Amino acid sequence: MKITVDQNKCCGAGTCVLLAPDVFDQRDEDGIVVLLDAEPPAELHPLVREAASVCPAAAIAVTS
Amino acid sequence: MTLIVGASAAGLACAEALRRKGYTGPLTVLGAEEHLPYDRPPLSKQVLSGAWEPARTQLRSAEALAALDATFVLGDPAVHLDVAERAVHTASDRVLQAENIVLATGLRPRTLPGQPTLRTLDDALALRAELQKCSRAVVVGDGVLGAEIAATARQLGVPVTLAGPQQAPMALQLGLPVAGLLAELHSSHGVELRLGAAVTGVEPDGVLLETGEVLPADLTVVAFGSAPATDWLRDSGLALDNGIVCDSRCRAAEGIYAAGDVARWHHETLGTPVRLENRTNATEQGIAVAANILGADQPYTPVPYFWTDQFDAKIHVHGFVGPDVSVVEGSLADRRFVARFHRDGELTGVLGWNMPKQARQHRQELVSPRCPATAATSAPGAA
Repeated sequence: MKITVDQNKCCGAGTCVLLAPDVFDQRDEDGIVVLLDAEPPAELHPLVREAASVCPAAAIAVTS
Repeated sequence: MTLIVGASAAGLACAEALRRKGYTGPLTVLGAEEHLPYDRPPLSKQVLSGAWEPARTQLRSAEALAALDATFVLGDPAVHLDVAERAVHTASDRVLQAENIVLATGLRPRTLPGQPTLRTLDDALALRAELQKCSRAVVVGDGVLGAEIAATARQLGVPVTLAGPQQAPMALQLGLPVAGLLAELHSSHGVELRLGAAVTGVEPDGVLLETGEVLPADLTVVAFGSAPATDWLRDSGLALDNGIVCDSRCRAAEGIYAAGDVARWHHETLGTPVRLENRTNATEQGIAVAANILGADQPYTPVPYFWTDQFDAKIHVHGFVGPDVSVVEGSLADRRFVARFHRDGELTGVLGWNMPKQARQHRQELVSPRCPATAATSAPGAA
Protein backbone atom coordinates (compact mmCIF):
# COMPACT_ATOMS: atom_id res chain seq x y z
CA MET A 1 0.00 0.00 0.00
CA LYS A 2 1.16 3.50 -0.88
CA ILE A 3 -0.59 6.54 0.60
CA THR A 4 -0.51 10.08 -0.72
CA VAL A 5 -2.11 13.12 0.88
CA ASP A 6 -3.05 16.42 -0.72
CA GLN A 7 -2.31 19.11 1.86
CA ASN A 8 -3.96 21.74 -0.33
CA LYS A 9 -7.25 19.86 -0.22
CA CYS A 10 -7.10 18.93 3.46
CA CYS A 11 -9.63 20.82 5.58
CA GLY A 12 -8.14 19.84 8.93
CA ALA A 13 -11.04 17.74 10.17
CA GLY A 14 -8.71 15.16 11.65
CA THR A 15 -10.97 12.20 10.93
CA CYS A 16 -7.93 10.33 9.58
CA VAL A 17 -6.08 10.84 12.87
CA LEU A 18 -9.07 9.55 14.84
CA LEU A 19 -8.99 6.37 12.76
CA ALA A 20 -5.28 5.75 12.20
CA PRO A 21 -3.09 7.81 14.54
CA ASP A 22 -0.01 5.77 13.64
CA VAL A 23 -0.32 6.82 10.01
CA PHE A 24 -1.72 10.36 10.11
CA ASP A 25 -1.21 13.42 12.26
CA GLN A 26 -2.12 17.11 11.98
CA ARG A 27 0.15 20.15 12.02
CA ASP A 28 -0.18 22.02 15.31
CA GLU A 29 -0.41 25.43 13.65
CA ASP A 30 -3.19 24.84 11.11
CA GLY A 31 -4.46 21.27 11.49
CA ILE A 32 -3.34 20.21 8.01
CA VAL A 33 -2.63 16.51 7.57
CA VAL A 34 0.86 15.12 8.10
CA LEU A 35 1.60 11.68 6.71
CA LEU A 36 3.61 9.74 9.28
CA ASP A 37 3.88 6.49 7.34
CA ALA A 38 3.31 6.36 3.59
CA GLU A 39 3.65 2.58 3.44
CA PRO A 40 2.10 1.25 6.62
CA PRO A 41 2.06 -2.41 7.64
CA ALA A 42 -0.73 -4.66 6.40
CA GLU A 43 -2.64 -4.71 9.68
CA LEU A 44 -3.32 -0.99 9.30
CA HIS A 45 -4.58 -1.19 5.71
CA PRO A 46 -8.29 -1.52 6.57
CA LEU A 47 -8.14 1.54 8.81
CA VAL A 48 -6.23 3.52 6.18
CA ARG A 49 -8.81 2.64 3.52
CA GLU A 50 -11.54 3.71 5.91
CA ALA A 51 -9.69 6.98 6.57
CA ALA A 52 -9.34 7.67 2.85
CA SER A 53 -13.03 7.03 2.32
CA VAL A 54 -14.19 9.06 5.30
CA CYS A 55 -11.94 12.09 4.67
CA PRO A 56 -14.40 14.96 4.15
CA ALA A 57 -12.03 16.70 1.74
CA ALA A 58 -11.07 13.62 -0.32
CA ALA A 59 -7.46 14.50 0.44
CA ILE A 60 -6.16 10.94 0.94
CA ALA A 61 -5.42 8.59 -1.94
CA VAL A 62 -4.42 4.97 -1.55
CA THR A 63 -2.87 2.74 -4.18
CA SER A 64 -2.41 -0.93 -3.52
CA MET B 1 -28.42 -5.89 -6.37
CA THR B 2 -28.02 -2.75 -4.29
CA LEU B 3 -29.23 0.56 -5.67
CA ILE B 4 -27.96 3.87 -4.32
CA VAL B 5 -30.07 6.86 -5.30
CA GLY B 6 -27.77 9.86 -5.19
CA ALA B 7 -24.24 10.08 -6.60
CA SER B 8 -22.74 12.54 -4.16
CA ALA B 9 -20.73 12.13 -0.95
CA ALA B 10 -23.18 9.90 0.94
CA GLY B 11 -23.91 7.64 -2.02
CA LEU B 12 -20.26 7.25 -2.90
CA ALA B 13 -19.24 6.52 0.69
CA CYS B 14 -21.96 3.88 0.94
CA ALA B 15 -20.84 2.23 -2.30
CA GLU B 16 -17.20 2.20 -1.21
CA ALA B 17 -18.03 0.85 2.22
CA LEU B 18 -20.16 -1.94 0.75
CA ARG B 19 -17.19 -3.08 -1.33
CA ARG B 20 -14.70 -2.64 1.52
CA LYS B 21 -16.87 -4.75 3.78
CA GLY B 22 -17.04 -7.53 1.23
CA TYR B 23 -20.23 -6.99 -0.76
CA THR B 24 -19.67 -8.53 -4.19
CA GLY B 25 -23.15 -8.20 -5.70
CA PRO B 26 -24.22 -5.77 -8.41
CA LEU B 27 -24.15 -2.14 -7.38
CA THR B 28 -25.85 0.74 -9.20
CA VAL B 29 -25.49 4.41 -8.33
CA LEU B 30 -28.17 6.68 -9.79
CA GLY B 31 -27.42 10.42 -10.02
CA ALA B 32 -29.64 13.33 -11.02
CA GLU B 33 -26.71 15.37 -12.29
CA GLU B 34 -24.52 14.48 -15.26
CA HIS B 35 -21.37 14.67 -13.17
CA LEU B 36 -19.46 11.85 -11.53
CA PRO B 37 -19.32 12.25 -7.73
CA TYR B 38 -17.88 15.63 -6.80
CA ASP B 39 -17.37 17.50 -3.58
CA ARG B 40 -19.66 20.33 -2.56
CA PRO B 41 -17.82 22.24 0.21
CA PRO B 42 -15.29 23.69 -2.29
CA LEU B 43 -18.09 25.07 -4.48
CA SER B 44 -18.65 28.19 -2.36
CA LYS B 45 -14.92 28.66 -1.80
CA GLN B 46 -12.28 27.32 -4.21
CA VAL B 47 -14.60 26.89 -7.21
CA LEU B 48 -16.43 30.18 -6.75
CA SER B 49 -13.12 32.01 -6.31
CA GLY B 50 -11.60 30.32 -9.36
CA ALA B 51 -8.72 28.87 -7.32
CA TRP B 52 -9.73 25.37 -8.44
CA GLU B 53 -10.65 24.06 -11.83
CA PRO B 54 -13.98 22.23 -11.59
CA ALA B 55 -12.28 18.86 -12.16
CA ARG B 56 -10.45 19.23 -8.85
CA THR B 57 -13.75 18.72 -7.02
CA GLN B 58 -14.02 15.14 -8.32
CA LEU B 59 -14.20 12.93 -5.27
CA ARG B 60 -12.40 9.96 -6.82
CA SER B 61 -10.06 9.32 -9.70
CA ALA B 62 -11.26 7.37 -12.73
CA GLU B 63 -9.16 4.42 -11.54
CA ALA B 64 -10.74 4.44 -8.08
CA LEU B 65 -14.24 4.58 -9.58
CA ALA B 66 -13.43 1.73 -11.94
CA ALA B 67 -12.15 -0.36 -9.03
CA LEU B 68 -15.48 0.18 -7.30
CA ASP B 69 -17.13 -2.00 -9.95
CA ALA B 70 -20.38 -0.05 -9.78
CA THR B 71 -22.68 1.07 -12.59
CA PHE B 72 -23.16 4.83 -12.55
CA VAL B 73 -26.42 5.96 -14.14
CA LEU B 74 -26.08 9.75 -14.34
CA GLY B 75 -28.24 12.63 -15.47
CA ASP B 76 -31.41 10.69 -14.73
CA PRO B 77 -33.29 11.86 -11.63
CA ALA B 78 -35.36 9.41 -9.62
CA VAL B 79 -39.05 10.29 -9.84
CA HIS B 80 -40.83 7.51 -7.96
CA LEU B 81 -40.13 4.81 -5.39
CA ASP B 82 -42.23 1.68 -5.22
CA VAL B 83 -41.61 0.41 -1.70
CA ALA B 84 -43.41 -2.92 -2.10
CA GLU B 85 -41.57 -3.77 -5.33
CA ARG B 86 -38.39 -2.10 -4.09
CA ALA B 87 -38.07 -0.30 -7.41
CA VAL B 88 -37.05 3.19 -8.41
CA HIS B 89 -38.50 4.83 -11.52
CA THR B 90 -36.45 7.54 -13.21
CA ALA B 91 -37.18 10.58 -15.37
CA SER B 92 -36.17 8.64 -18.48
CA ASP B 93 -38.53 5.76 -17.59
CA ARG B 94 -35.87 3.41 -16.32
CA VAL B 95 -37.07 1.03 -13.61
CA LEU B 96 -34.32 -0.14 -11.26
CA GLN B 97 -35.18 -2.92 -8.86
CA ALA B 98 -32.96 -3.96 -5.96
CA GLU B 99 -32.89 -5.98 -2.75
CA ASN B 100 -31.61 -2.94 -0.92
CA ILE B 101 -32.13 0.70 -1.85
CA VAL B 102 -30.22 3.60 -0.29
CA LEU B 103 -31.84 7.01 -0.56
CA ALA B 104 -29.18 9.73 -0.65
CA THR B 105 -30.77 12.48 -2.70
CA GLY B 106 -29.55 15.36 -0.55
CA LEU B 107 -31.11 18.79 -0.47
CA ARG B 108 -32.93 21.20 -2.71
CA PRO B 109 -32.05 24.82 -2.04
CA ARG B 110 -34.89 27.22 -1.28
CA THR B 111 -34.98 29.70 -4.11
CA LEU B 112 -36.43 33.01 -5.19
CA PRO B 113 -37.70 33.04 -8.77
CA GLY B 114 -35.03 34.10 -11.22
CA GLN B 115 -32.26 34.52 -8.62
CA PRO B 116 -29.11 32.40 -8.53
CA THR B 117 -28.30 30.05 -5.69
CA LEU B 118 -25.49 27.58 -5.07
CA ARG B 119 -25.98 23.87 -4.66
CA THR B 120 -24.40 22.22 -7.66
CA LEU B 121 -21.15 22.55 -9.58
CA ASP B 122 -23.05 24.11 -12.46
CA ASP B 123 -24.60 26.63 -10.04
CA ALA B 124 -21.15 27.57 -8.76
CA LEU B 125 -19.73 28.18 -12.23
CA ALA B 126 -22.78 30.21 -13.25
CA LEU B 127 -22.58 32.27 -10.07
CA ARG B 128 -18.89 32.89 -10.60
CA ALA B 129 -19.64 34.35 -14.03
CA GLU B 130 -22.39 36.56 -12.56
CA LEU B 131 -20.15 37.83 -9.76
CA GLN B 132 -17.47 38.83 -12.24
CA LYS B 133 -19.80 41.23 -14.01
CA CYS B 134 -21.85 42.62 -11.14
CA SER B 135 -21.26 45.96 -9.42
CA ARG B 136 -22.88 45.07 -6.09
CA ALA B 137 -24.10 41.72 -4.84
CA VAL B 138 -26.50 41.09 -2.00
CA VAL B 139 -26.24 37.63 -0.44
CA VAL B 140 -29.57 36.72 1.14
CA GLY B 141 -28.96 34.27 3.95
CA ASP B 142 -26.76 34.48 7.04
CA GLY B 143 -26.02 30.78 7.51
CA VAL B 144 -22.87 28.87 6.54
CA LEU B 145 -23.43 29.04 2.78
CA GLY B 146 -24.40 32.71 2.71
CA ALA B 147 -21.43 33.72 4.85
CA GLU B 148 -19.03 31.68 2.70
CA ILE B 149 -20.38 33.12 -0.54
CA ALA B 150 -20.12 36.66 0.84
CA ALA B 151 -16.52 36.05 1.93
CA THR B 152 -15.51 34.57 -1.42
CA ALA B 153 -17.23 37.31 -3.42
CA ARG B 154 -15.53 39.97 -1.31
CA GLN B 155 -12.15 38.33 -1.90
CA LEU B 156 -12.88 38.58 -5.62
CA GLY B 157 -13.21 42.33 -5.11
CA VAL B 158 -17.00 42.41 -5.45
CA PRO B 159 -18.86 44.92 -3.24
CA VAL B 160 -21.05 42.66 -1.10
CA THR B 161 -23.92 43.06 1.32
CA LEU B 162 -24.85 40.12 3.55
CA ALA B 163 -28.50 40.14 4.63
CA GLY B 164 -30.39 37.87 6.99
CA PRO B 165 -32.57 37.76 10.07
CA GLN B 166 -29.97 36.83 12.69
CA GLN B 167 -27.96 39.22 14.86
CA ALA B 168 -24.69 37.91 13.42
CA PRO B 169 -23.73 35.52 10.62
CA MET B 170 -24.03 31.86 11.60
CA ALA B 171 -25.35 32.79 15.06
CA LEU B 172 -27.33 29.56 15.10
CA GLN B 173 -24.30 27.37 14.38
CA LEU B 174 -21.62 29.27 16.33
CA GLY B 175 -23.47 30.90 19.22
CA LEU B 176 -23.58 34.67 19.52
CA PRO B 177 -20.17 35.45 21.02
CA VAL B 178 -18.29 33.64 18.25
CA ALA B 179 -20.73 34.74 15.55
CA GLY B 180 -20.00 38.29 16.69
CA LEU B 181 -16.32 37.70 15.94
CA LEU B 182 -17.29 36.41 12.52
CA ALA B 183 -19.33 39.59 11.95
CA GLU B 184 -16.23 41.64 12.82
CA LEU B 185 -14.16 39.57 10.44
CA HIS B 186 -16.58 40.19 7.59
CA SER B 187 -16.83 43.91 8.37
CA SER B 188 -13.06 44.27 8.53
CA HIS B 189 -12.84 42.85 5.02
CA GLY B 190 -15.45 45.25 3.73
CA VAL B 191 -18.58 43.08 3.70
CA GLU B 192 -21.60 45.27 4.45
CA LEU B 193 -23.64 43.47 7.08
CA ARG B 194 -27.35 44.19 7.05
CA LEU B 195 -28.57 41.70 9.59
CA GLY B 196 -31.49 41.45 11.97
CA ALA B 197 -34.16 42.06 9.32
CA ALA B 198 -35.87 39.46 7.19
CA VAL B 199 -35.80 39.77 3.41
CA THR B 200 -39.31 39.99 1.98
CA GLY B 201 -38.65 40.20 -1.74
CA VAL B 202 -36.44 41.12 -4.64
CA GLU B 203 -37.08 44.36 -6.53
CA PRO B 204 -35.58 45.31 -9.89
CA ASP B 205 -32.96 47.48 -8.17
CA GLY B 206 -32.27 45.48 -5.03
CA VAL B 207 -33.46 43.44 -2.11
CA LEU B 208 -36.47 44.49 -0.04
CA LEU B 209 -36.31 44.10 3.73
CA GLU B 210 -39.23 43.81 6.12
CA THR B 211 -38.34 47.30 7.33
CA GLY B 212 -39.17 48.69 3.87
CA GLU B 213 -35.50 49.39 3.18
CA VAL B 214 -34.14 48.35 -0.21
CA LEU B 215 -30.55 47.08 -0.36
CA PRO B 216 -29.20 48.09 -3.75
CA ALA B 217 -27.90 45.23 -5.85
CA ASP B 218 -27.55 44.17 -9.44
CA LEU B 219 -27.00 40.57 -8.31
CA THR B 220 -28.97 38.81 -5.60
CA VAL B 221 -27.67 35.47 -4.41
CA VAL B 222 -30.08 33.27 -2.51
CA ALA B 223 -28.65 31.17 0.32
CA PHE B 224 -31.42 30.98 2.88
CA GLY B 225 -31.61 27.31 3.47
CA SER B 226 -32.70 24.19 1.76
CA ALA B 227 -35.11 21.34 2.19
CA PRO B 228 -34.56 17.58 1.99
CA ALA B 229 -35.03 16.40 -1.59
CA THR B 230 -38.04 14.21 -0.88
CA ASP B 231 -40.60 15.55 -3.38
CA TRP B 232 -40.16 12.45 -5.48
CA LEU B 233 -41.06 10.26 -2.47
CA ARG B 234 -44.38 11.93 -1.67
CA ASP B 235 -46.44 9.10 -3.13
CA SER B 236 -44.11 6.34 -1.89
CA GLY B 237 -45.79 5.77 1.47
CA LEU B 238 -42.52 6.37 3.34
CA ALA B 239 -42.80 8.61 6.39
CA LEU B 240 -41.54 12.08 5.45
CA ASP B 241 -41.15 14.72 8.13
CA ASN B 242 -38.30 17.15 7.57
CA GLY B 243 -36.48 14.36 5.77
CA ILE B 244 -36.94 10.63 5.34
CA VAL B 245 -37.89 9.27 8.75
CA CYS B 246 -35.63 6.37 9.72
CA ASP B 247 -35.02 4.17 12.72
CA SER B 248 -31.72 4.15 14.60
CA ARG B 249 -30.23 1.92 11.87
CA CYS B 250 -31.04 4.56 9.20
CA ARG B 251 -33.72 2.24 7.84
CA ALA B 252 -36.88 3.80 6.39
CA ALA B 253 -38.58 0.50 5.47
CA GLU B 254 -37.56 -3.11 4.96
CA GLY B 255 -34.61 -2.99 2.54
CA ILE B 256 -34.78 0.79 2.23
CA TYR B 257 -32.26 3.06 3.95
CA ALA B 258 -31.41 6.75 3.87
CA ALA B 259 -28.09 8.56 4.27
CA GLY B 260 -26.80 12.11 4.24
CA ASP B 261 -28.67 15.42 4.22
CA VAL B 262 -31.99 13.78 3.36
CA ALA B 263 -32.10 11.31 6.27
CA ARG B 264 -33.77 12.02 9.61
CA TRP B 265 -32.99 9.13 11.85
CA HIS B 266 -33.36 8.30 15.52
CA HIS B 267 -30.07 9.13 17.25
CA GLU B 268 -30.00 6.74 20.19
CA THR B 269 -27.44 8.61 22.27
CA LEU B 270 -29.26 11.92 21.93
CA GLY B 271 -32.62 10.15 22.21
CA THR B 272 -34.17 12.24 19.45
CA PRO B 273 -34.65 12.31 15.68
CA VAL B 274 -31.75 14.11 13.99
CA ARG B 275 -31.05 15.32 10.48
CA LEU B 276 -27.61 16.75 9.77
CA GLU B 277 -26.67 18.88 6.79
CA ASN B 278 -22.94 18.52 6.80
CA ARG B 279 -20.26 16.93 4.75
CA THR B 280 -18.88 14.53 7.34
CA ASN B 281 -22.30 13.17 8.15
CA ALA B 282 -22.89 12.33 4.51
CA THR B 283 -19.84 10.08 4.48
CA GLU B 284 -20.24 8.57 7.93
CA GLN B 285 -23.91 7.83 7.47
CA GLY B 286 -23.24 6.28 4.07
CA ILE B 287 -20.73 3.97 5.75
CA ALA B 288 -23.13 3.18 8.60
CA VAL B 289 -25.86 2.24 6.12
CA ALA B 290 -23.49 -0.05 4.24
CA ALA B 291 -22.69 -1.87 7.48
CA ASN B 292 -26.37 -2.26 8.33
CA ILE B 293 -27.23 -3.54 4.86
CA LEU B 294 -24.63 -6.22 5.48
CA GLY B 295 -26.20 -7.15 8.81
CA ALA B 296 -24.22 -5.14 11.37
CA ASP B 297 -27.43 -3.97 13.09
CA GLN B 298 -25.60 -0.96 14.57
CA PRO B 299 -27.23 2.28 15.66
CA TYR B 300 -25.77 5.37 14.01
CA THR B 301 -24.71 7.77 16.78
CA PRO B 302 -22.27 10.32 15.38
CA VAL B 303 -20.82 13.39 17.01
CA PRO B 304 -21.89 16.12 14.56
CA TYR B 305 -19.04 18.06 12.97
CA PHE B 306 -18.71 20.83 10.43
CA TRP B 307 -16.13 23.33 9.36
CA THR B 308 -16.12 26.56 7.42
CA ASP B 309 -13.33 28.65 5.89
CA GLN B 310 -13.96 32.39 5.61
CA PHE B 311 -11.20 34.91 4.92
CA ASP B 312 -8.36 33.83 7.22
CA ALA B 313 -10.61 31.94 9.66
CA LYS B 314 -10.91 28.18 9.74
CA ILE B 315 -13.74 27.36 12.11
CA HIS B 316 -14.42 23.80 13.24
CA VAL B 317 -17.34 22.75 15.42
CA HIS B 318 -17.73 19.33 17.03
CA GLY B 319 -21.03 18.63 18.76
CA PHE B 320 -23.42 21.51 19.39
CA VAL B 321 -22.90 25.02 20.68
CA GLY B 322 -24.58 25.63 24.04
CA PRO B 323 -25.50 28.62 26.17
CA ASP B 324 -22.33 28.67 28.29
CA VAL B 325 -19.07 29.26 26.46
CA SER B 326 -15.52 29.34 27.78
CA VAL B 327 -12.24 29.78 25.92
CA VAL B 328 -9.88 27.02 27.01
CA GLU B 329 -6.93 27.47 24.63
CA GLY B 330 -5.57 30.49 22.79
CA SER B 331 -7.43 33.77 22.91
CA LEU B 332 -10.18 35.68 21.13
CA ALA B 333 -7.80 38.63 20.70
CA ASP B 334 -5.37 36.47 18.74
CA ARG B 335 -8.18 35.07 16.60
CA ARG B 336 -6.88 31.63 17.49
CA PHE B 337 -8.72 29.71 20.18
CA VAL B 338 -10.65 26.67 21.30
CA ALA B 339 -13.99 27.27 23.01
CA ARG B 340 -16.02 24.71 24.91
CA PHE B 341 -19.79 24.91 25.20
CA HIS B 342 -21.82 23.66 28.14
CA ARG B 343 -25.47 23.29 28.95
CA ASP B 344 -26.46 22.61 32.57
CA GLY B 345 -22.84 21.83 33.33
CA GLU B 346 -22.55 19.22 30.58
CA LEU B 347 -20.15 19.58 27.67
CA THR B 348 -22.18 19.89 24.46
CA GLY B 349 -19.64 21.04 21.91
CA VAL B 350 -16.16 22.26 21.06
CA LEU B 351 -15.27 25.02 18.63
CA GLY B 352 -11.87 25.77 17.15
CA TRP B 353 -11.05 29.08 15.46
CA ASN B 354 -7.80 28.55 13.55
CA MET B 355 -7.01 25.65 15.91
CA PRO B 356 -8.40 22.57 14.13
CA LYS B 357 -6.07 20.04 15.67
CA GLN B 358 -6.58 21.28 19.21
CA ALA B 359 -10.37 21.38 18.76
CA ARG B 360 -10.32 17.81 17.53
CA GLN B 361 -8.34 16.79 20.60
CA HIS B 362 -11.02 18.28 22.86
CA ARG B 363 -13.63 16.44 20.84
CA GLN B 364 -12.48 13.20 22.46
CA GLU B 365 -14.37 14.21 25.60
CA LEU B 366 -17.60 14.48 23.61
CA VAL B 367 -17.10 11.06 22.21
CA SER B 368 -18.75 8.05 23.67
CA PRO B 369 -17.46 4.64 22.55
CA ARG B 370 -20.14 4.92 19.89
CA CYS B 371 -18.65 7.92 18.13
CA PRO B 372 -18.70 7.58 14.33
CA ALA B 373 -15.03 6.85 13.82
CA THR B 374 -14.70 4.24 16.51
CA ALA B 375 -18.11 2.77 15.78
CA ALA B 376 -17.11 2.33 12.17
CA THR B 377 -14.02 0.38 13.11
CA SER B 378 -15.64 -1.75 15.78
CA ALA B 379 -18.73 -2.65 13.80
CA PRO B 380 -18.98 -6.38 13.16
CA GLY B 381 -19.28 -5.82 9.42
CA ALA B 382 -16.24 -3.55 9.24
CA ALA B 383 -13.39 -4.66 7.05
